Amino acid sequence: MRIFVDAATQGWQLLSSGALDVWSIVLVSLKVSGAATAISLLVGIPLGYALGTQRTIGRHVALVFANTGMGLPPVAVGLVVAMTLSRRGPLGELSLLYSQTAMVIAQLIIAIPVIIAVTAAAVSSVPRELRLQARSLGASRVHEMLLTLREARMGLFAAVAAGFGAIISEVGASQMVGGNLAGDTRVMTTAIVEFTRKGRYGEALALAVLLVSMVLAVNLLLTRVQTSAERFEGRAR
Amino acid sequence: MFARLSSPALKRATTLLLSLALASSLIGCSAKTTDSAAEDTAAQPSEVVLASTTSTQDSGLFDVLIPAFEKALPQYKVQVIAVGTGEALELGRNKDADVLLVHAKTDEEKFVADGFGTARKDVCYNDFVIVGPESDPSGVKSSADTTAAMKAIATGKAPFISRGDDSGTNKKELKLWGTSKVTTPTPETAKWYESTGQGMGETLKIASEKGGYTIADRATYLTMKDSLDLVIVREGDKGLLNQYGVIPVTGAKNAEGAQAFADWIVSADGQKVIGDFGVEKFGQQLFIPNAK
Repeated sequence: MRIFVDAATQGWQLLSSGALDVWSIVLVSLKVSGAATAISLLVGIPLGYALGTQRTIGRHVALVFANTGMGLPPVAVGLVVAMTLSRRGPLGELSLLYSQTAMVIAQLIIAIPVIIAVTAAAVSSVPRELRLQARSLGASRVHEMLLTLREARMGLFAAVAAGFGAIISEVGASQMVGGNLAGDTRVMTTAIVEFTRKGRYGEALALAVLLVSMVLAVNLLLTRVQTSAERFEGRAR
Repeated sequence: MFARLSSPALKRATTLLLSLALASSLIGCSAKTTDSAAEDTAAQPSEVVLASTTSTQDSGLFDVLIPAFEKALPQYKVQVIAVGTGEALELGRNKDADVLLVHAKTDEEKFVADGFGTARKDVCYNDFVIVGPESDPSGVKSSADTTAAMKAIATGKAPFISRGDDSGTNKKELKLWGTSKVTTPTPETAKWYESTGQGMGETLKIASEKGGYTIADRATYLTMKDSLDLVIVREGDKGLLNQYGVIPVTGAKNAEGAQAFADWIVSADGQKVIGDFGVEKFGQQLFIPNAK
């Protein structure tokens, strides 16, 4: 147990004395994963809406793809993105490998299927009658979509939390396409791996605690929003 | 269509399938334990933990050295932990490794003087090379000596990729900045300076991708040359020499195995394996044996 006590004390000392430069690492994590989450919401929510509301055969096929995408190993995504962006790869001209942009791209590919699948599930639980009624009252298609999304907003919050949670904790692809460059592409997950490999458990533990706290905070916020909405609306459905 | 998924027939079939899968995995487990039980009755080679550098690993030396050692002394089995020299020394201090093979002579001698190692012996040496893009944007190829080369990199636009991991290579790089009278760059103070915190292989890859310079041991560079877009821009200077040493850890878990490894690697047999490495493939020795 001593290893934990030693690491915890050392980690706390490093954090409080400011000796450990965590904040640039945390900022890069938030910047990269934040950007990826934002873009995947912009892409994923409309697609998820389409998937959740259409009643075609193609929908089932698309849903299978979305769910498979959710189960896609992030490290496989990292490999393909690394190969694509490498100098000898098809997009080598862009010199994107080992940059924050590359990390955002990889994280997008990981998060979008999650957003699509969760949004589709949320949207399909909105009663079809509601949408038909809106249309019959003169709502445009866009208006109908916004209305449905508003009704399904609990599920959408879950989508955000799920998408963000998936990529902020991701380490394999982030390492492969980011390269863990200090001050540039070093994020919490890759930094934890680096410190652990070097036996510097104090630093590693400090970052791990921060990472878990972040994920916890996001989920607490989500639960808070969901339960307060339940209390407000009553579980009439 | 999805309503049919909850039919009783499908539920039964799923239960049957899952039970079969579970049963076969359990059978697989028990089969394994009977095998290892049989193994235990025979002599088990004792494990020797060797902490060494990523350069010896990435160059491929261990792929021939370790099997040769295990063939000569089959009572031992070597477990290699490849980290930077700094971390390897730390592993030695914590007795997480039995024997070290690293390349930072000053630090190694201090390690032994502080009582963490029993003795230090020369094993072999190779040299470092400065590598960079073929186009050589910072004009390193035309520099007069190492100092001029480092200054050219510092003032040039192209990035320099550092190991940044307290390894022997990293220590050599920092020494070179010092002797060249260039203020030691850090990622915060110098936009062109990147620090990977990783091994030689990864650092070379990153340098290749970013069209930048780095310092590598010749062996790892040659091994990876074909997959990189880097050429040697500076070599042969005295300051680029790289000496490896072997140190058995004091009070190691497998002190006997550690000493056996150290003795073998400086013996005629061990030295021959080192000397032969790379000759066939690259036409030159990658590590030059120099045990006394």
